[in-house]
Amino acid sequence: MTLVVDVRHRLGAFSLDVSFESEGRLTALFGRSGSGKTSIVNLVAGLMRPDDGRIVVDGTVLVDTSRGIVVPRHRRRVGYVFQEGRLFPHLSVRRNLLYGRWFSTVREKRITFDQVVELLGLGHLLARGPAALSGGEKQRVAIGRALLSDPRLLLMDEPLASLDEQRKAEILPYIERLRDEMAIPVLYVSHAIAEVARLASTVVLLADGRVLAVGGPADVLGGSEIVPIVGPGEVGAVLEARVASLDVSFGLTSLETRAGPLTVPRIAAGIGSTVRVFIRASDVMLARQRPEGISALNVLAGRVVALTEESRTVVDVALDCGGQRLLARITRRSAMAMGLASDTPVFAIIKSVALEDGGRLASWERGPPARS
Amino acid sequence: MLGLTEEELTAVRLSLRVALWATAASLPFGVLVALVLARGRFWGMSVLNGIVHLPLILPPVVTGYVLLLLFGRKGPIGAFLAEQFDIVFAFRWTGAALACAVMGFPLMVRAMRLSIEAVDQRLEQAAGTLGANPVWVFLTVTLPLSIPGIIAGMVLCFAKAMGEFGATITFVSNIPGETQTLPSAIYTFTQVPGGDAGAMRLTLISVVLSMAALLLSELMARQAERRLAAA
Repeated sequence: MTLVVDVRHRLGAFSLDVSFESEGRLTALFGRSGSGKTSIVNLVAGLMRPDDGRIVVDGTVLVDTSRGIVVPRHRRRVGYVFQEGRLFPHLSVRRNLLYGRWFSTVREKRITFDQVVELLGLGHLLARGPAALSGGEKQRVAIGRALLSDPRLLLMDEPLASLDEQRKAEILPYIERLRDEMAIPVLYVSHAIAEVARLASTVVLLADGRVLAVGGPADVLGGSEIVPIVGPGEVGAVLEARVASLDVSFGLTSLETRAGPLTVPRIAAGIGSTVRVFIRASDVMLARQRPEGISALNVLAGRVVALTEESRTVVDVALDCGGQRLLARITRRSAMAMGLASDTPVFAIIKSVALEDGGRLASWERGPPARS
Repeated sequence: MLGLTEEELTAVRLSLRVALWATAASLPFGVLVALVLARGRFWGMSVLNGIVHLPLILPPVVTGYVLLLLFGRKGPIGAFLAEQFDIVFAFRWTGAALACAVMGFPLMVRAMRLSIEAVDQRLEQAAGTLGANPVWVFLTVTLPLSIPGIIAGMVLCFAKAMGEFGATITFVSNIPGETQTLPSAIYTFTQVPGGDAGAMRLTLISVVLSMAALLLSELMARQAERRLAAA
């Protein structure tokens, strides 16, 4: 599937001028609030009409202003999961779910009602009204409702933004299953870097209505373009990891990455499944010798690739650990004292706080076990 | 019952019939105009708004006289309807219903418009992305969510129709059995010596009917709201 967005639009003082193409299963629009993420989704959904441009989903032209084509929203077949759910208050959960079904003109349904109810765990909620649902349940119903309208593209505008960590933990595995099991591409809006690292197959980096970078999550989230967006404290690296084993007695999970093994608090993903983790530069310490007798569980061997002086006090050190890029943020004084230069062999100690963060990311796995 | 004379009973029955017809016939137009005023964005909106509200501001006698000019036997619309469809308003109970409908219309539209405006447009957008065209969005989302206001509008129109006097008497006069509604009958009683008892009886009935309509609407609106809240 391909998604082509090439639009220009003016909204008061804000101007949007973006152009990107994505082949990914889950394309994440990542940027600060006000960067134009929601505007792009609204343009794709047909809630707004661009001043000028083209939007094509899988060869179907939704908008082409040069040819005077603007498909009305009810004929676009894009399922939209809004930030605030927007369930119909006068309909039961069942009738909310079936609302789009009724208008769908596709004869061969790709997704059945039972499938959606099972995938999102909605069985016990069907007879209830939306007012009797928790925030997480509402979002699950909203996702189900969008899926059942048989969309050619699913739009999700920060579906987790209004939820607390626990509710996020409840929904994230469902979105992962959606991405992996349903043949529906997703355009996903978020300003949470860990969420994007975990979910996205393609990341579109946005700032002030312009595209800064497009690519895989490791490249975009670990690249330099992201610094002005997330702030210097939030830069880091994305690691692709495979779940190797579980240590039940200590409640830990072992992950295999190209950089070496990682141990994190137990996650629910099955053995053999892949997860992505984000390691912040500020959570990585460096040592010249392999450290002994330390509390940190994770020490990775690597080489210095480059040093970037961020300020008079801080240096970002890019590392290569077995072909995996890693970023460490240390003081300039330490870098000089350690005599760091390009190609110096070092050990990266991933602080326990970092793993707590990684653990929080991983704890989102809780909920029904993801299928591998 | 209450010792009503045949003449008084006729007036009560006629009033109920006129008010019911006035409410029922103006309902679809009321919903449509309320929708246009609530959601429409076009040149001439304020003109339409003005025309709808005019009967509320004009002296009822003026409204009745305008109706007489337009819908009377020799009026442009009245003559046309009489010739083409054999529909006559002048000095008939249908004319009383028309006058009541025109007088009640602004109240009806106002209540409905407010409740349509209160419907979250983001829900309408959501329905659109799920494949519902604008007509279906209105029928399945906007309309059910504005039911309490629509009921309120109908009751206001009914109550206004039950009490309408000035426009009715100007347009269709005060003919017992044909156009003599409750207020006209009360007015007639007060004009003749010894009519006080009759006027009092009809006044009591008038109060009871109005209270009953009001209570019924409260009940229906509360039920509709409970259904929405529970959903």
